[in-house]
Amino acid sequence: MREKKPYIVLTFHTTTEAMAMERRCGERGIPGRLIPAPREITAGCGLAWRMTPEDFAIWRPGLERLGLRFQRAVELTLC
Amino acid sequence: MIYLDSAATALHRPPAVEEAMARALRTLGNAGRGAHGPALAASRLIYGVREKIAALLGVSDPARVAFTANATQALNTAIGGLIRPGDHVITTACEHNSVLRPLYRKEDQGTELTILPADSLGRMDLDALEDSLRPNTRAVVAGHASNVTGNAVDLQKVSDFTQAHGLLLIVDAAQTAGELPIDMEALGVDVLCFTGHKGLMGPQGTGGLCVREGLDIPPLLTGGSGFRSFDRAHPAELPEALEAGTLNAHGLAGLGAALDYVLERGVEDIHRAEDALARRFIAGVRSIPGVTLYGDTDAPVRAPIVTLNIGDLDAGKVSQSLWDEAEICVRAGAHCAPLMHKALGTEERGAVRFSFSCFNTREEIDRAVRAVADIAGED
Repeated sequence: MREKKPYIVLTFHTTTEAMAMERRCGERGIPGRLIPAPREITAGCGLAWRMTPEDFAIWRPGLERLGLRFQRAVELTLC
Repeated sequence: MIYLDSAATALHRPPAVEEAMARALRTLGNAGRGAHGPALAASRLIYGVREKIAALLGVSDPARVAFTANATQALNTAIGGLIRPGDHVITTACEHNSVLRPLYRKEDQGTELTILPADSLGRMDLDALEDSLRPNTRAVVAGHASNVTGNAVDLQKVSDFTQAHGLLLIVDAAQTAGELPIDMEALGVDVLCFTGHKGLMGPQGTGGLCVREGLDIPPLLTGGSGFRSFDRAHPAELPEALEAGTLNAHGLAGLGAALDYVLERGVEDIHRAEDALARRFIAGVRSIPGVTLYGDTDAPVRAPIVTLNIGDLDAGKVSQSLWDEAEICVRAGAHCAPLMHKALGTEERGAVRFSFSCFNTREEIDRAVRAVADIAGED
């Protein structure tokens, strides 16, 4: 079984916001990946962006500068 | 066969369009309906098409590009959502029924409507906009170019008027997206409606509307959104707010491939090529005895459309002769623009429309000119 680790999970109002996050992060080399929104998070579009807390702390200003919208940032322990 | 009916729908397309659609049929799931590979592939592809439309039409945020089945649905969304009973709307006699009929429906529900007349060349007098202004004027709805004459409207001038008076500007770009340069935000357009299957060279069943920042449009359709399924109301955020139900991902895959071609070649270059063909045709048929050309054929900026009649022949009969005798495809009839035909005096017999693609050749144009001359000679 894979080890559980803490992550920051970003939720989105819409699928399009999630797609924009993945596209822009990919272009800029910002780490993270799309995942199905975990069951702990009932809001959002069903997709979420997962980053380590360390990466989120580093890149959060960059996400804002890129105009990337998200609904919530939630800390969760995930596989 | 010579296809000169691109204003009705594209037939000449970059080969990548067909390949992209076939690939999409094999690989795509339902966009926004899951996180597995095929579903995400559809979501990614559609987002990429939003980005391309945004780049082409001057929209800074791809999320403000919402897809519909066609320009008619986009126009019904914009007009239906933004125009209220008691509002006054200004439109023009140049418009297609996809503008006029939604506005007539609004008029029946209490909206006041002013239709600016066209002159005998099908041109608008934009100075008449000021005279039409009322205290309750909410919007101007205008086509960028007539689907009958090819006459283009000076959108900057219309936008100067709408911005000076705080009005909405809704533009029907069905005949110009991909054929004339458009920068929606620089122009100050509030809603730009487009179709994917004409100048953009994508497949039928694709189109959409670009919405300026800060403008909310109540949706025409509500239903499945793929998320917030327990809410009674459809999500309000663009673009999904205007995209209830499964999107046409397979068609949008084709549109995306067509947009790659349009963006790489450049709209200016496509316009130059099509305009040269249209003007070659005009020059060829202008001197044929019995040919009547419609529209402002000497205007510096036009869509690649040329409409004519021959003698007193019925337009349908001319188009049938062109097909039967020369395998030339054109459109005859009223072209869904009844007020323009009244302005041109062609409401009884219609007119024959030739419309050009950047993939047509000069030889095809010359053969079409000869075919017109042959029919005129027989008349």
